[in-house]
Amino acid sequence: MTRKAGDNPKDLLFEKTTALFAFGVLFLAVLLFAILVAESLPSIRKFGASFLVTKTWDPVAENFGALTFIYGTIVSSFIALLIAVPLAVGSAIFINEFAPEWLKTPVAFLAELLAAIPSVIYGLWGIFVLVPVLRDLLMKPAAKYLGWIPLFKGPVYGPSMLAAGVLLSIMILPFILSVSREVLATVPRLQKEAVLSLGGTHWEMIRIVIGQHCIPGIFGATILGLGRALGETMAVTMVIGNRPDIFLSVFQPGYSMAAVIANEFTEATGELYLAALVEIGLVLFLITFLANLAAKWILKTMVSHAARGI
Amino acid sequence: MRKGIGRWLGIGLAMLGLAWGLPTMAADTLTITGAGATFPYPLYSKWFYEYSNSHPGLKFNYQSIGSGGGVKQITAGTVDFGASDAPMNEDELAKLPGPIFHIPTAIGAVTVVYNLEKIQSGLKLTPDVLVDIYFGKITRWNDPRIAGLNPGAKLPAADIVVAHRSDGSGTTDIFTNYLSAVSTDWRAKIGRGKSVNWPVGLGGKGNEGVAGVVKQTPGAVGYVELAYAMQNRMTVAALRNKEGNFVLPTLESTSAAAAGAAKTMPADFRLTLVDAPGQDSYGICGLTWLLVYKDQRDEAKGKALVTFLKWAIRDGQRMNAPLLYAPIPKPVVEMVDKAIRQINFRGKSLY
Repeated sequence: MTRKAGDNPKDLLFEKTTALFAFGVLFLAVLLFAILVAESLPSIRKFGASFLVTKTWDPVAENFGALTFIYGTIVSSFIALLIAVPLAVGSAIFINEFAPEWLKTPVAFLAELLAAIPSVIYGLWGIFVLVPVLRDLLMKPAAKYLGWIPLFKGPVYGPSMLAAGVLLSIMILPFILSVSREVLATVPRLQKEAVLSLGGTHWEMIRIVIGQHCIPGIFGATILGLGRALGETMAVTMVIGNRPDIFLSVFQPGYSMAAVIANEFTEATGELYLAALVEIGLVLFLITFLANLAAKWILKTMVSHAARGI
Repeated sequence: MRKGIGRWLGIGLAMLGLAWGLPTMAADTLTITGAGATFPYPLYSKWFYEYSNSHPGLKFNYQSIGSGGGVKQITAGTVDFGASDAPMNEDELAKLPGPIFHIPTAIGAVTVVYNLEKIQSGLKLTPDVLVDIYFGKITRWNDPRIAGLNPGAKLPAADIVVAHRSDGSGTTDIFTNYLSAVSTDWRAKIGRGKSVNWPVGLGGKGNEGVAGVVKQTPGAVGYVELAYAMQNRMTVAALRNKEGNFVLPTLESTSAAAAGAAKTMPADFRLTLVDAPGQDSYGICGLTWLLVYKDQRDEAKGKALVTFLKWAIRDGQRMNAPLLYAPIPKPVVEMVDKAIRQINFRGKSLY
């Protein structure tokens, strides 16, 4: 029996209240966007589209461009995904499929605990542990022997795009891991057993199951991680070197959008300077929005493909 | 028994007294709000603590949100006083609803710190060498221009890793103000500001960020506040001053710079202290100010603020040195006092 919400005044009230909350969330998002646009108007008017493709960031001469920050945010997040996704998916498979019971819980628990650490702690650990280790054990030898590859060109300072990427990968790992585990756990037991009963090896079982069933979910987990990596501020600014410049080498310092806002906003005076910083926030908002939109779309096509495949 | 009764009576009376006292005390508590510079925050919080203790009923609420924020808030009138490490410029002054006083409270110095194995504090640098290091023109420690100043020092053939502040700060303002004062090239190409477009180098967030880069990176050079460098026992460079002497940054050499500059103090106190004259003066120094409107809008608050300022430029100055801020020179205190006398409420002096 279906009852319409309007039948009972209490139901009606409940329905309208929840609708109000839902619209409240939507309203907040729109308001946020509107205010970002309004506040960055002086900068948008002055620099126009060239803001997005200009490398200069000169607060004294009030000449602003966001390209170096956009580059830094995207490259550091990309490095983070490159490291974190295989690591997270690998450990998810291990924990769910191979690990003995006594090992499962502590490993999963510790990995998820990583998500609870405040980012400033990651940053400090990055400065005092990660950066020196990366510099002396990885970057210096790599720059010496592989320095002819533009990607690994010296000189090596320590704080760098690579350090930021590695630190971010550790920070987003628990998110990708826990979602990947959830996704793996949704595979029906029957399907797995079916593969094994047909003479498939463990590896074939995982490959088939993941290929058929889990790719969209893991992709979703990756986007979740990407979202976090794009917006991470404190930890990144502490290890990236804060240099508004574009180098091909990942051993060179860079700068990210969130980091420059956090660094310069408090002491920014002058209308144009503030507007330029807000516009960077607007660009970051749009990039995150577009990344999520693209992810939704890819996910949809993948799910429909996967559905056809089964 | 009588003793017991007396005690109860005493407690009862005391409680009655409290009951009467409390509401009147609450009504009398005056809170003065301020916002701005982070650099003098340790000094200000000490001042507010001491002053509130000796003046019950008066409270200070100071938010160290940065000089830029302080200027914004006092312009909008949301605080009773502002605080800044950089003097307000003409554009900012034009936006104010009324005339404002820059009340100097302390003098700070910025030190050049470095990380070179086996080299202690006192590496000699000239202004032009420092400028060229920050321009990226001198890139190695054993460059003849550095070695020539330091015969006998075992300078390594290592790259110079330049570090600077990534966050907007008064420290950067003082440092770039110095570089602009000693180099026309720097003034034309980079200029001075709380954030500038650095030609080279790594950015660290806060004094601790720059110190972190310098301490962690062999061959690094950076700049931090005097108090920070001393508390963390960092190795600091001796800079050649206007008279040609190499001077280490200390409280004394900072005070010497202030004394040297006192003669040229303008009436509005918006003095830049860098590259000050004097045999023992250290080059990279700067004033920090409280920003107070000449025409106060609240008589009680204005009166309390003026009384506090009178105390701050005299008794308060004794707390500067232990916290590694140089006090305001005596002749300047007299000048500031004259300014404080002009602070008024509807034409009535609050002094």
